[in-house]
Amino acid sequence: MSILNLDNVHTYYGNIHALKGISINIEKGEIVTLIGGNGAGKTTTLRTISGLLKPREGKIHLNGDDILKYQAHEIVYKGVSMVPEGRGVFARLTVLENLEMGAYSRNSKEELSRNMERVFTLFPRLKERRTQVAGTLSGGEQQMLATGRGLMSNPSVLLMDEPSMGLAPVLVELIFDTIQQINKEGTTILLVEQNALMALSIANRGYVLQTGEIIISDTAENLKKNPTVQKAYLGME
Amino acid sequence: MMMKKDYLIWIAIKTGLLSGVIAIFLCLIGMVEVFSKRDVIEKIITLGDFILLATAVSAGVIAARATSNPEQQKQPLKNLIAGALAGITTGVVIAAFIGLSQQINLRSVFLSASPSLFDLLTFKGGTNWIWMYPAIGMAAGLLGTILFLLPEKFRQPITRAIFITFLLALFSGLFRVVMINQSDNIAKAGKYLFGQTGLTLSGAIIFFVAVVSISMFWSAESTNLQKGFARIPKKGQTGVRVVVFAILAYMVLMLPQVSGPFIAQVIVIVSLYALMGLGLNITLGFAGLLDLGFVAFFAVGAYTVGLLTSYGIFGLQHVSFWVAVPIAVLVSMMFGAFLGLPVLGVRGDYLAIATLGFGEIVRLLAGSDFLAPFFGGPQGIIGIQKPCLGTLGEFVRVDVPRICNGLEFAGPKEIYYLAVASAILIAFIALRLQRSRLGRAWMAIREDEDVAEALGINLIQTKLLAYMLGAAFAGLGGAIFTVLVGSIFATSMQLIVSINVVSLIIVGGMGSVPGVIVGAIALIGLPELLREVSEYRFLFYGAALIMMMLAKPEGLWPSQATLRELHHDDSGEDSEIASTKSSQAKA
Ligand SMILES: Nc1ncnc2c1ncn2[C@@H]1O[C@H](COP(=O)(O)OP(=O)(O)O)[C@@H](O)[C@H]1O
Ligand SMILES: [Mg+2]
Repeated sequence: MSILNLDNVHTYYGNIHALKGISINIEKGEIVTLIGGNGAGKTTTLRTISGLLKPREGKIHLNGDDILKYQAHEIVYKGVSMVPEGRGVFARLTVLENLEMGAYSRNSKEELSRNMERVFTLFPRLKERRTQVAGTLSGGEQQMLATGRGLMSNPSVLLMDEPSMGLAPVLVELIFDTIQQINKEGTTILLVEQNALMALSIANRGYVLQTGEIIISDTAENLKKNPTVQKAYLGME
Repeated sequence: MMMKKDYLIWIAIKTGLLSGVIAIFLCLIGMVEVFSKRDVIEKIITLGDFILLATAVSAGVIAARATSNPEQQKQPLKNLIAGALAGITTGVVIAAFIGLSQQINLRSVFLSASPSLFDLLTFKGGTNWIWMYPAIGMAAGLLGTILFLLPEKFRQPITRAIFITFLLALFSGLFRVVMINQSDNIAKAGKYLFGQTGLTLSGAIIFFVAVVSISMFWSAESTNLQKGFARIPKKGQTGVRVVVFAILAYMVLMLPQVSGPFIAQVIVIVSLYALMGLGLNITLGFAGLLDLGFVAFFAVGAYTVGLLTSYGIFGLQHVSFWVAVPIAVLVSMMFGAFLGLPVLGVRGDYLAIATLGFGEIVRLLAGSDFLAPFFGGPQGIIGIQKPCLGTLGEFVRVDVPRICNGLEFAGPKEIYYLAVASAILIAFIALRLQRSRLGRAWMAIREDEDVAEALGINLIQTKLLAYMLGAAFAGLGGAIFTVLVGSIFATSMQLIVSINVVSLIIVGGMGSVPGVIVGAIALIGLPELLREVSEYRFLFYGAALIMMMLAKPEGLWPSQATLRELHHDDSGEDSEIASTKSSQAKA
């Protein structure tokens, strides 16, 4: 069953036509990746889904429910959570406070401690550093924290914006392992990446975005073999 | 690395020149002359002397610090030479200034370069005595260097003692008045320690020694004392706390009775500014929304109470203060929303301009001839009924106050209780709000609006609540202000009030509730108490703000978050990779 569906979505920044009618479909339980170069419109796509930007045209459905009628802050209550580009952790708050902030949309105490426990199991590092201020964490730890915070609302769909950005290869591997783990535990994932090789290695399917348009969509296996993808995004000739 | 000799001399002279110029500046703006009318130690040293000396002492400290190499041990000889030289230079600059003033008439440019200033500086002896300046400067510079060279263990108690003795000296007139009105023994002690405008010599020595010894005792014994306190059984601890609290409460209750109306009035003003500060701390400190027109809400609260309770011609309802206050708070909240709505999407500089405009508009409208039939225009609203605990007599006719059968809050000594209780209540509410879900939402918005929204925080609602609650607190302040002065004039609602409130928040520590109180005492209370300082209020503000930014950017009593942000140690990515590898290996 389709959990998230974008149909012919057009998003603008003033006169700048950033998304030129993109359509994406994600099935429940999948990891889907959206790959594309700088400025292709990946972040714009995620911001549009999470309601921070309103498309001028097109439809977005979550579990068959039209979510364009909701405001950004309401969409998290519908089960969509975003891990923003560049982590966006609250630098002056501690790890624990950041995680609590992630559970803002959830009211029950038990649910909070259950989600917290889950995040600490996924990222033992965060548990060690729970009283440390987020601004003093290293890049990798901040990415873990941003991901953990995204999970605190217990989302059915997790949107991740370039989690590998600026991280050393070992850390990227660690984060991607955890993404797979999160997915196995039942969360559907839309993973936006420039690092196409890594993204395709864990995704089921992928979309290639170029200047606001989807130019290819296929299974991850096929995309890895696709000459255009190889040339443009995998650095192969 | 060896420091070159001439380099050392150059640093010392440069520092001395700078502090000399500052000393001249203080003379030329008239500060030295005004301050010399007040003693620090009776008949020995005036406040004017004190600030001149302070420039030379600081020159000594700065020169000593600049000539010592942090990696090596202290180099007493070098530092002493530099400190002395800096002090001498300061003295020479001042002496040169006095000499120059005897040759040319500086008064044609500088109003304050009056003959009486130079009488003061030359000890009425023309140029005969100016050789003393380099000598005194050297002594002061050496004193500064010695302070710098002393080990931490001694330096801290001594600087603390100088500071506290100085503060006591500034307020010694007040202490004297309060103590003289007590029983015989206390009155005698008061006269012994405190002079009319400064400490007596014996008072100064006693306080200095007392603070040094307590401070040294405390730094040696504080951990033991704390451990001792922890060993007392739980019940005993609560007992101690209750007793301390009871003593504090008793002091707060009795204060206006012993101190008289002037001090009570100062505390009321401080409390009212604290109320405004607590309000702005919600919008600016918690939610990060700048508001430069904050006085508007104060005005709204004041006018609402005025219109509802006045027995003058503009009085509309003649209700009691207690009925009017909640209405005033509600109306202020409405104005908060009214300001908040149009500026919701506005950020940064534009927000500053928009809110500034709002404050001015409210003031201009309230004082305008156009709305004079409602708000009294430039004549203002007068005849505001004082609050009354008890039954209020019937309204007879215009300009006749209603009679209060019971306790009337007639003057500052009574309104003190109203103001202090409100400030405490609101501070408590602010603390609770800070820790609430709403408080966390404000914090998230302050840090990153987009992320906050994506986490499920309703920006519109949360921001509006910040504006409304901030306005409510300020409105309460305005309501109390009206009954304190018994009238309202639009001209009291100047932009400068808003600027004062922003300044006190910055000085106290942005986002910190106790910081607001400390800021209000420091920026409002001190100038109110020291008439001499209040003449230079804005110089004092500017200096305080700059010094805060340089020395203590987090404020006097910072919030936890600010403190953590400004004093963190970074952990490196390299160590992280190493430990990630090892934890992966373990897995
Ligand atoms: N706030 C903005 N205002 C105007 N244009 C923007 C803004 N953000 C992004 N854009 C433009 O929209 C396009 C897509 O940007 P983005 O979604 O951030 O790309 P990506 O995340 O794929 O690097 C780019 O051309 C970019 O310049
Ligand atoms: Mg991007």
